[in-house]
Amino acid sequence: MATTREHLTIHDAGAMSADLAIETRGLRKAYGDVVAVEDLTLSVRQGEVFGFLGPNGAGKSTTVKMLTGLVRPTSGHARLLGRKLGDRQAKRQIGYLPELFRFHDWLTAREFLDVHGRLAGMSREERQARIPEALELVGLAGREDDRLRTFSKGMQQRAGLAQALLHRPRLVFLDEPTSALDPIGRRIVRDVIRQLRASGVTVFLNSHLLSEVEMVCDRVAILNRGVVVAAGRLDELRPQGVSVSLRLGGWNDAVAAVVQEFGALDAHEDLGAGVALISVQLPAEEVVAGLVDRLVAAGAAIYEVTPRRETLEELFVSLVDQTDGMDVGR
Amino acid sequence: MMPLLIARLTLQEAVRRKLVWVVLLLSAVFIVLYIYGFRVVVDDVEAFNAQRGGAPREIIPREVQMSVMVMLGLWTVNFLAGVMTIFAAVGAISSEIEAGTLHVIATKPLSRWEIIAGKYFGFLAMIVIYIGLMFASVIATARLVGDYTPPNMLTGLALMVLVSTILLSLTMLGSTIFSTMANGVVIFMLYGLALTGGLVEQIGTSLDNDTMIRLGVASSILVPSDAMWKLASYKVQPAIAVSFTGPNPFGTIVPPSDLAVRYAIFYCIAIVLASVFVFQRRDI
Repeated sequence: MATTREHLTIHDAGAMSADLAIETRGLRKAYGDVVAVEDLTLSVRQGEVFGFLGPNGAGKSTTVKMLTGLVRPTSGHARLLGRKLGDRQAKRQIGYLPELFRFHDWLTAREFLDVHGRLAGMSREERQARIPEALELVGLAGREDDRLRTFSKGMQQRAGLAQALLHRPRLVFLDEPTSALDPIGRRIVRDVIRQLRASGVTVFLNSHLLSEVEMVCDRVAILNRGVVVAAGRLDELRPQGVSVSLRLGGWNDAVAAVVQEFGALDAHEDLGAGVALISVQLPAEEVVAGLVDRLVAAGAAIYEVTPRRETLEELFVSLVDQTDGMDVGR
Repeated sequence: MMPLLIARLTLQEAVRRKLVWVVLLLSAVFIVLYIYGFRVVVDDVEAFNAQRGGAPREIIPREVQMSVMVMLGLWTVNFLAGVMTIFAAVGAISSEIEAGTLHVIATKPLSRWEIIAGKYFGFLAMIVIYIGLMFASVIATARLVGDYTPPNMLTGLALMVLVSTILLSLTMLGSTIFSTMANGVVIFMLYGLALTGGLVEQIGTSLDNDTMIRLGVASSILVPSDAMWKLASYKVQPAIAVSFTGPNPFGTIVPPSDLAVRYAIFYCIAIVLASVFVFQRRDI
């Protein structure tokens, strides 16, 4: 197992630790016999949007809690922005939106941000300038004098996001930041993340919403049972090539031979009257047109061509299934 | 600076959540009843003395009767303050962890001890203000209605603040260890133990039973709140009232020593340091 893990962890041998927003080595958290995070080694570069994926209970939130200083690691090392965990200077530069966001809801939105701005060490002038901006950013302008208690869950989550960004942190942890949001709220969060990236802020995004991660993240790590099972750029992680499904008439051995010249025939279903539904694995999407031309030349009638890239979701499910089967880390 | 901000937030929460207003309202009801009761007692005493037609001496000196009334008032204030302290602080840390409101605070650039210190001093400020107001109300009633002023008032006030501070310290420590519910049970059991221990010691003194006295002393070492109340009550009574009433649930004839006071102060400091120690190691 150790070799597999070693192979799967992210190693940027060339990266200097000064360029890293987050660097962990062998980070572990066990609650008695229950291991929440087994052995976490990862590096997140400054300025990137890093997606941290995993099924429920994989240890994502525990990881974030260790990095933000809420939970003490059982063993291992970690550095944030080049400083050790819990360092006050580092804490000054991080923002955090917890998964189970609950705030002092007897405060108004403005008071809430004011308190947290002060906690983050902002001066009165900075707070006065920044609070309206932050509320505007998350779409809560006009509600600053309402108590958080009167807010919907989604609005509270956005207020929490404003809290995380208020003091212009260099590193932001967002733990399932869209869990309570409607599609419009989700878009706001996506836009905020893109703006953060544009201004050079590192974002560590915990999520199990893969479509969201695909839209905003530069790199991802997939965590299962407390271990990183895959990590890298999205295009590196996805298998190369494309899977194409074809519905075609005039299916015969000659047509089948043409198909096999292009790629492996994954599936074949006879729909009757010479019509077949096939699935073929091609090295690249550009090959599809050539394949169709050759099939037509071989006498086949093409009814439908659907290329599909393997989605992050499929990758995710297959990796989680694989590692579950391997009984990782036990 | 940071503890001050947390303390302010603690006070603000008590005000916004109407805890303060409910306590003040109920306390106002108590004070009104107390003034009325005091009036009735004073009238009775005067009527009785008038009836006896100026006999040479009163059977129970007036000073003793007034002092007993003051003790009843202060005992109630002490009890209310203790209960209020426990209820206010029972979830100081635990309920914020349970609710999740502490997550965004503890990740800010402040240390865990600053959170404990801020909350502790926020509650302490509440206690001082509350006991100060209630103490003043009782004394004012005694002076205006009963024309009586007890001795050593400031010492008594300070000791009563110490009683609630002991309970506050214990409650803070408990809330860093237990869930809010469990903490409530534990602290009330300790509070009950202190009260009962004090009672056992009083009865032991009356019966001259060493075992009972030792049990009482042991409970005072474990939770010195009742001992500090005994000392407070001893101080604010004139000597004649102490010897007249003898050992009773509200007072004592054998006051705890200065050493006991020093122990109680040291106890509070040690308990608060222990809560910092526990909280710094606690996963949130």
